[in-house]
Amino acid sequence: MSTAVAQQIDEVKSTPWSGGRSPFNAEYGKMMMWFFLLSDAFTFSSLLISYGALRFSAPVWPAPSLVFQSFPGLIEHGAPLVFVGLMTFILIMSSVTMVLAVEAGHRNAKKEVVWWMIGTIIGGVMFLGCQAMEWTHLHSEGFWWGHTPTKETLQEFFNKGVPFVQQQNTSQQFANLFFTITGFHGFHVFSGVIINIIITVNVLLGTYQKRGSYLMVEKVGLYWHFVDLVWVFVFTFFYLV
Amino acid sequence: MSSEITDAHAEGSEHGEHETMTKKRIWKVFFILLGITCVEFFIALYLAPHHLIAANIVNPIYIILTLFKAFYIVGYFMHLKFEKMDMALAIIIPILFIIGLILVLTNESHYWIDLRL
Repeated sequence: MSTAVAQQIDEVKSTPWSGGRSPFNAEYGKMMMWFFLLSDAFTFSSLLISYGALRFSAPVWPAPSLVFQSFPGLIEHGAPLVFVGLMTFILIMSSVTMVLAVEAGHRNAKKEVVWWMIGTIIGGVMFLGCQAMEWTHLHSEGFWWGHTPTKETLQEFFNKGVPFVQQQNTSQQFANLFFTITGFHGFHVFSGVIINIIITVNVLLGTYQKRGSYLMVEKVGLYWHFVDLVWVFVFTFFYLV
Repeated sequence: MSSEITDAHAEGSEHGEHETMTKKRIWKVFFILLGITCVEFFIALYLAPHHLIAANIVNPIYIILTLFKAFYIVGYFMHLKFEKMDMALAIIIPILFIIGLILVLTNESHYWIDLRL
């Protein structure tokens, strides 16, 4: 009788939420990174959903295949999506090097972590460079916050017969939203690169070797993958839809 | 009920947690992401301009493919699939609020269309 009661109490105590251990089995900083990313997801989705609502209610919209048809510095016209395809590939690739750095961290292989982190940083810098070129190209066409291209340039981005006033209004919305959202994403990539550099320096100094775990690499990895995740959505809603 | 599932999950992943993302698996996920992106380009550059696919289903296809990519990035690269179920739910369930915002602003943009007419 008494053993049955004792067993029952033991059983109750063994559930994850009955105290005495971390129910999520995750380190504090890692869990907080997840919650930060959740809040960041809300910020980005607010921006993207506002974009969606404005675009949905607009009578016309500049066609992505006409606006984004140049490969800055190489091809001026007739290459839709090629440049953004390269950017997407670079970011996915740097996500892979990041996850390989995390994997090397689990094996405590310091050298491998360093090399994969450097690869990730290079990928991030390349992406930022591409974005700078894309921005410069659009800016040279006349798009900017509060600015639209001239009448002649604007006509290239619409089907025939759309009145100029409509073209101008809708292009203004497009420009504001494009620079705000890709700018906010680019700022995330930039801060990600800075954080990656700091972590790489720490790895080189042996900070995590002394600590016995490369969990910090995993935490910045979460941030970096999130940046890649946001780009997947930006890419779909600005360039494909 | 959920604690039973979590316990079963925890026993399987307690010591094996770090072994779940092997190099082979990382590259497999990479090729899945690359493949989905290539399919999107194929639709955008070939199928859609040549009208080989109905215009009204192109955008839903893009969105579904994007959600697939999001699943692979969050699940495998961000390791959420191998975390405790309770923690995964703590992250995923609040995302449902976003659906609410989508519904509200879609409705609102219908109203904006009516305002313009």
